Amino acid sequence: MQTKYMNPYLAGFLLGLLLVATVYITGRGLGASGAVKSMTVQVVESVTPNHAEHTKFYKEYLSEHTGSPLKSWLVFEVIGVLIGAFISGLVSERLNLTLEHGPRINSKIRIFGAITGGLLFGFGAQLGRGCTSGAALSGMAVLSSGGILTMIAIFGGAYLFAYFFRKFWI
Amino acid sequence: MGPLVPDVISNDFNYIIALVIGVAFGAILEQAGFSTSKKLVGLFYGYDFTVLRVFFTAGIVAMFGIIMLDHWGYLDVNLIYINPTFVGAAIAGGLIMGLGFVIGGFCPGTSVCAAAIGKIDAMYFILGSVIGILIFAEGYPLWEDFYKAYNFGGIRIFDTFGISQSLFAFILTSIALLAFWATSIIENKVNGISKPAIRFTPYYLGLTAVGVFIAVSAFMFPPKKAGLLEMVENLEFVNSYPLKEITSDELAYRMMEGDKKLQIFDFRTSEEYRKQSLPNSILFSIDNFFEKEPNRFLSLANRVNVFVLNEELTERKIAVIAKELGYNNIRILSGGIKTFDKLILNFDKTQTPQNKVEETTFAFREKASVKIPEMIKNNKSKGGVEKKLKRVVGGC
Repeated sequence: MQTKYMNPYLAGFLLGLLLVATVYITGRGLGASGAVKSMTVQVVESVTPNHAEHTKFYKEYLSEHTGSPLKSWLVFEVIGVLIGAFISGLVSERLNLTLEHGPRINSKIRIFGAITGGLLFGFGAQLGRGCTSGAALSGMAVLSSGGILTMIAIFGGAYLFAYFFRKFWI
Repeated sequence: MGPLVPDVISNDFNYIIALVIGVAFGAILEQAGFSTSKKLVGLFYGYDFTVLRVFFTAGIVAMFGIIMLDHWGYLDVNLIYINPTFVGAAIAGGLIMGLGFVIGGFCPGTSVCAAAIGKIDAMYFILGSVIGILIFAEGYPLWEDFYKAYNFGGIRIFDTFGISQSLFAFILTSIALLAFWATSIIENKVNGISKPAIRFTPYYLGLTAVGVFIAVSAFMFPPKKAGLLEMVENLEFVNSYPLKEITSDELAYRMMEGDKKLQIFDFRTSEEYRKQSLPNSILFSIDNFFEKEPNRFLSLANRVNVFVLNEELTERKIAVIAKELGYNNIRILSGGIKTFDKLILNFDKTQTPQNKVEETTFAFREKASVKIPEMIKNNKSKGGVEKKLKRVVGGC
């Protein structure tokens, strides 16, 4: 049996406190997409080091970061997210290998949607310098104009396009 | 004073902190229900506004928390990471992410969270985001110009609008509360539920009370700095405040001896300081007390910190502020720089000593009146406190 979810306002309150603590301790906010980027750069660097050395994006990344791409704050944080979410799922009895999809589509379409959506999000997060965590939430906390602009664009865009993909969900 | 990295907490230990913060982050997201795409996209179809509630509440709480820490001098906002503003890339990137959100049903953080509890669709989403990043990386020269265009730097939203931080915080909070109310009505309509949108249960009232307390305390109580500045306007209080003094003669003696313990903090304007200042003195201001790097100088152990200004009274006021802020090793120059100038630099040689003590004093002052101007001349002015700490590098 699954336990009920936490009250959203309480969850938001706790998340806000966590974000304040993060900024107070480290001077930076939370994030997620950056870790996926570090992972991607690491993979490219190990698989085709020659390519990484000659492609501008990786060159810029490697010149801005010292040491292994995986030795980054966000990579450690996201490993923590995996652990934390797993423990939470364990405690609330929500651990289950499932593929969720809307009532009007099958698993194949869901997988296609998930990959496409991930692809767009991954690309957009690079262009927008952060995702919902790194740009929108953390940006809002420090009242960064760019972060808030990205937040409006993410949610505005989602509402704009939601109608066309309603079959995926309802 | 925060941020605690890198001086209180080392950069290596910061990785452990990252792990711990991540665990809490993941647990909160999972408990809130962010580990299922059905709940996440509910926001865009009106049947579940959990995301909006969690996200907006977190943003508002964090915003007030940071304002509060800044307000009371616990956090140097000049050092924290402010996401830079590249207008074109922010809008285009955001729209693409929005599209990805309604197609994929996750965002990067929530996909990691959902994958951790076994959601297969989330694992595919992560695979997709790796591909997306690869495409961005490989095609980088194509969009590099756009990516770096319209750069406004680390500008903050209230500056963009030209309003005060408090006003913006108030407006944003009002929007959030309005959104909570309106979306509850929409949610009930979509789901065919007829309970009132706002219920005043003790639970919600308690949460609201805490929120209001945080918000009010960030603005109603005067900031530490303003409070202290007002306090030192009370002359009776300032004059009766116990402060250690240093005489012009002792200061001159320590300077001539090259006393390593001596640190002179010059609080005059930078013009006056540049025109002429005591050897090895540091240009300082009240604002420096509230900045992380400069106030390290004041916290060094075994130093004789001398505050100098033209008048003793203003020296006193600043010393009182410093003492109230917890800096103890402070002395003020008796009579201020004016007296120092008169007694030492412009020593009147025509005076005749009346007794033995004056005789030695005058002999010393005569020597000092030659040597110290020389030291001043040769002095490479230190200027203000060099700020070596840079903004934290953050972002995704």
